[in-house]
Amino acid sequence: MSRLAAFARRWGPVALLLALAVAAWQGVASLATVDDLTLASPTEVAQAFEDDWSLLIDNFAVTLVEVLLGLAIAIVAGAGAAFLMHLWRPLREAAYPLLVASQAIPVVVLAPIFVLAFDYGIGPKLAIVALICFFPVTVNVLDGLRSVEPDLLKLMRSLGASRLATLRKVEFPASLPYFFSGLKIAASVSVIGAVFGEWAGADEGLGRLVLLGNNQLQTPRVYAGIVLLTVMAVALFALAALLERVAVPWNRTEGTPP
Amino acid sequence: MEAKLEVPAQEPLSLKAAGVTFSDVTRRFDVRARRRRGADAPAKVVAIESLDLDVRAGEILAVVGPSGCGKSTLLELAAGLQDPDAGSVAVAGEQHTATRREACAYMPQRDLLLPWRDAAGNAALALECQGVRPAQARRRALPLFERFGLDRFERAQPAELSGGMRQRVAFMRTLLSGRDVLLLDEPFAALDSLTRGSMQEWLAGALAQEPRTTILVTHDVEEALVLADRVAVMSQRPGRIVAELEVALERPRVRRELVDDPVFTGLARRALEALEA
Repeated sequence: MSRLAAFARRWGPVALLLALAVAAWQGVASLATVDDLTLASPTEVAQAFEDDWSLLIDNFAVTLVEVLLGLAIAIVAGAGAAFLMHLWRPLREAAYPLLVASQAIPVVVLAPIFVLAFDYGIGPKLAIVALICFFPVTVNVLDGLRSVEPDLLKLMRSLGASRLATLRKVEFPASLPYFFSGLKIAASVSVIGAVFGEWAGADEGLGRLVLLGNNQLQTPRVYAGIVLLTVMAVALFALAALLERVAVPWNRTEGTPP
Repeated sequence: MEAKLEVPAQEPLSLKAAGVTFSDVTRRFDVRARRRRGADAPAKVVAIESLDLDVRAGEILAVVGPSGCGKSTLLELAAGLQDPDAGSVAVAGEQHTATRREACAYMPQRDLLLPWRDAAGNAALALECQGVRPAQARRRALPLFERFGLDRFERAQPAELSGGMRQRVAFMRTLLSGRDVLLLDEPFAALDSLTRGSMQEWLAGALAQEPRTTILVTHDVEEALVLADRVAVMSQRPGRIVAELEVALERPRVRRELVDDPVFTGLARRALEALEA
């Protein structure tokens, strides 16, 4: 009962604000001066969900696969790069500024180039998602590996720990809270990457569905697609947060990253 | 929480007598001067200069000195974490850095417990670093919890332990490294004064059970006199030993009784005079 009450206290205001926003949206959309093709009302969007359910879900699945695979590539490559940069200082000093600079490249303009390079299939989508998610993962893991206090490293040295033992027993666990911070950022931007990838050229996926629906003036379907993309991003964030609670329990009792 | 601190009698873990000798040791540090145009000669700070100190095998030596006098540098030199710029440091007659490191157990000022390991896991870390498998290291760490007044706290997370308890876990970790020489760098500086008092008695008991050559660095003269067989007083930077006092007080020493002991107050006065000279 008290857990239910705590849940209600936490999420009640969120639900209320969301309900108010939807109501306001419905109100504005119902005004005579608002063109139905510009702004679909929530009821029309709900109708689109009912009419196009299988179409939406099929494309949702396509985009979800792109996002998850892209994220997986970014995690493996990002964490791997961070470990290499941590262990080998010359690489860190050479690569870090370039890594930051690479973030300044607008991914939108890369998408068509990737389509040229990787063809029409899933390749360019994965490349875009991975590219967008690589940076937050790499930078956070690297920061985490380097967050260990010098005194602790000194202690490990005096205990006779090898470089590998220090990495495994101290630096790696210390980097986990940072990794999850990066993963949460990556999870929330990954969906944007998949949409860009699909816009540059695709024959399926929610991003393409939204673009196509816009061209064909199917405004309610466009909105339904956007709602699903948002749900996907929020769900991925929540999943990352849940994994964090399981994998890094000490961070909750401790308050701040060690 | 801190009430019961006796250390029950048991066989010591190991004992190999090893002395520590500092001969004419000098240690300097580069202090990167703020780059200002004109005056940016790299400054050298002399932490320790021509220091001689002989720590006898099995003795508890306290080093007292003002802050910044190079006390911690002294310990890190013995621990093989640093090398002298001039002179020599030898542990059990060996000067080689790696040999010194393998002979000494260094306990830094803060407990530095890993928040993702429970108390037993933290104590076991010392053994794991020497290649003992984690499960076995843990098994070997567990008996110490009862001996050192922490039974039932084996599985406690560091965040759940008081400052004194955390220091005791850190001390167990230091002991489990199985080294002949203990180097304690102001182990109780971060504790409140009541806890510090009981921890000093606890450490005295622990060292009686686990006799080791011990160098204890502190800025607290009373702490030094309660714990040590001998007290070395260091000067302001550059650090030198300016006085060595034999502490001929009976053990076990109880702080509240010592306060009225003329030998104790006499020694305390001599130490303070040497500090302020």
